[in-house]
Amino acid sequence: MEEVKLMKGNEAIAHAAIRYGCDGYFGYPITPQSEVMETLMDEAPWNTTGMVVLQAESEVAAINMVYGGAGCGKRVMTSSSSPGMSLKQEGISYLAGAELPCLLVNVMRGGPGLGTIQPSQADYFQSVKGGGHGDYKLITLAPSSVQEMADFVGKAFELAFKYRNPALILSDGIIGQMMEKVILPPFQPRRTNEEVRKECPWGTMGKTDDRTYNVITSLALEADVMEATNRRLQAKYRQIEENETLFEAINCDDADYVYVAFGSSARLCGDAMEMARRNGVKVGVLRPITLWPFPTKEIERLAKRVKGFMVVELSAGQMVEDVRLAVNGCVPVEFHGRTGGSVPSSEEIWDVTQQKLIKK
Amino acid sequence: MTTKEIINPANLVYDKTSILTDNVMHYCPGCSHGVVHKLIAEVIEEMGIQNKTVGVAPVGCAVFAYNYLNIDWQEAAHGRAPALATAINRLLPENVVFTYQGDGDLAAIGTAETIHACNRGENIAIFFINNAIYGMTGGQMAPTTLVGMKTATCPTGREPHLNGYPIRISNLLAELDGTCYVTRQSVHKLAAVRKAKRAIQKAFENVIAKKGTSVVEIVSTCNSGWKMTPHQSNLWMEENMFPLYPLGDLKDR
Repeated sequence: MEEVKLMKGNEAIAHAAIRYGCDGYFGYPITPQSEVMETLMDEAPWNTTGMVVLQAESEVAAINMVYGGAGCGKRVMTSSSSPGMSLKQEGISYLAGAELPCLLVNVMRGGPGLGTIQPSQADYFQSVKGGGHGDYKLITLAPSSVQEMADFVGKAFELAFKYRNPALILSDGIIGQMMEKVILPPFQPRRTNEEVRKECPWGTMGKTDDRTYNVITSLALEADVMEATNRRLQAKYRQIEENETLFEAINCDDADYVYVAFGSSARLCGDAMEMARRNGVKVGVLRPITLWPFPTKEIERLAKRVKGFMVVELSAGQMVEDVRLAVNGCVPVEFHGRTGGSVPSSEEIWDVTQQKLIKK
Repeated sequence: MTTKEIINPANLVYDKTSILTDNVMHYCPGCSHGVVHKLIAEVIEEMGIQNKTVGVAPVGCAVFAYNYLNIDWQEAAHGRAPALATAINRLLPENVVFTYQGDGDLAAIGTAETIHACNRGENIAIFFINNAIYGMTGGQMAPTTLVGMKTATCPTGREPHLNGYPIRISNLLAELDGTCYVTRQSVHKLAAVRKAKRAIQKAFENVIAKKGTSVVEIVSTCNSGWKMTPHQSNLWMEENMFPLYPLGDLKDR
C-alpha cells in the first residue's frame, strides 16, 4: 500500500531528496525554506543512505559547494529563498557555464531587498531570464502542491543529468509552508562511485589510467572557443525547449477565456475558474509546469481560438511578458498581481477578470 | 663526461616528473608559481597519489594551473576554491583534495570560504601563494600588500589610513581549531625549495591521515608586478616581506 503522509512542502523536498538518492545537500538557513535543511538534519541520512548534509557559512559558499559536488558527477542540491538566491547567482552562472547538473530550490518570498518573509512569485525573471551573468538558461519547474514538491525533486535531477544543466524548483512560501497529503517516492539507492564514473565520465573523481585528466571549468579566453561554447549551449537549450516543455491545461478545450498562472497562483485561478463556470462563462486554466522552457506553442495555439487571457501572479507582472510574446497581439492579455506577500482571493481574481477582460 | 654519456638514460640524475604536462607555462620568467607547481607535481608522483588527487584552481595568475598538472581539476569562481574543495572532500573522502590560491583569492574575496573551511577542519591542503599583489589583473593592491608598497591601485604606496594593513592570514588560520598544520615557506633559494617541498608533502600526508586542514603559505615574488628583475625581487622579498611574513611553522599538531 502507498504510504500517505501529511507534511509541509519544504519537508517533502527533504524527504524526496533522500529517497531519490541525493548525494549531498549544502544550504544556509533562510525563511521560509529553513525546514528543508532542518528536516534533513533530523533525518540524518548520512547514517542511512550516506547522503552528506552540510550547513555552509553563506549562500555563496553553499552554491560553490554544489559546484564542487556536481563537478564530481554527484547528485547534489541546495535550497534557499529569494535574497539567498540572489547571492547564489554567481555560482549558478558558473554551474551553467561548466554544464554541471544539480538541483536548486527557491521558496520565494517578497522583495526587493530584504523584503518580507511572506510568499511571492517575483523571482520569475531572475529564474528564467538568467539572474547571473552571461547567456544561460535554467530548467525551471514550478510545483503547485506538496506532492509536486516531492515529485519534482526526481524530475529535476533527471533533467539536470540528461542535459548536464542546473535545474531549479521555483516554489513560493505558500507551497513551502502549507501542509498537504503527499505520497513519497520509493527509496532509490545512491549510485556507487563506479556508477557515478560510468554515468558522468567527465567528473573529477580522480584520474584513471584509461583516460586523460578531467577539468571542470567555464573559462575560455579565446573568443572563438568561447563562442563555440555558447553555440553548443544554445543548441542544447533549443533541444530542451523542443523536448521538455510541461504544462497542465484544465478546461481549456472549450474555454473562451484562459487563466495563465503557475504554482500557488494556478490553484487560486482554479477556484476562480469554478466560479466563472458556475456563472456560465467558459474559463480554463493553463498552468505552465516548466517556466523555462515556457509553453509558448500551447499559448500560441490557444490564442488562435480564445477571446482573451488573464495572467495572475504574486508579482507586479513578470510571466505576463512571456504570455504576451506568445499571444503576439492576437487577443487581449490582461494581468492581475499582488505583491509584498499579499495573496488575492479567488473571488478577487474572478471580479478583476470580469472587469478587465470579460466586460471590456 | 662526454655528451654521449650525459644523455645515456643510465646516467640520468634528474627528470621532469610525469605529473607536469608538456604545456608551456604562461607564468613570467622569475615567478614563483612555476617552482611551486613543480614541487606539488613531484610530491604527487613520489606519494603515488595521481589517481586520487583532485586540484581546485583559483582565479588569479594560477587560473590555468589545470593546464600544467596531470590530475583531475576543477576551476573555481574567485575565492570559492575552499567551498568546492569542501564538497569534493565530503563526497569523496578517500580522495586527496587541494586548493591552490593567491593572496587576493584567499585573503580578500575568499576570506569567508577560507576561514570556514579551515574552521570545519576539512581534510584538504591549501597552497597559498602570497606575492603581495594582484598579478593577473595587472598589479593592483592585494590584502597582503605591504605598507608603503606601490601598486596600480595605490600608486603612491599603501597607506593604512586609506587601505588598512597587510593581513597575516596564516596567523589567523593557525588560531582555528580545524587546522592541523600551518606553515610559511618560500622558494627563492635551493634550501628554501627543499623545505617548501617537505611542507607540501606533509600537507598531503595530513590529508590522507584525515588530520584536518593544512595551509602552506609560500611567500613569493612577482617581478613583473613589482617591476624588478627576478634577482632584485628575491632580495626585495627577503628584505621587506620576510620581516612581516616570517618563514617557519605557525602550527603543527
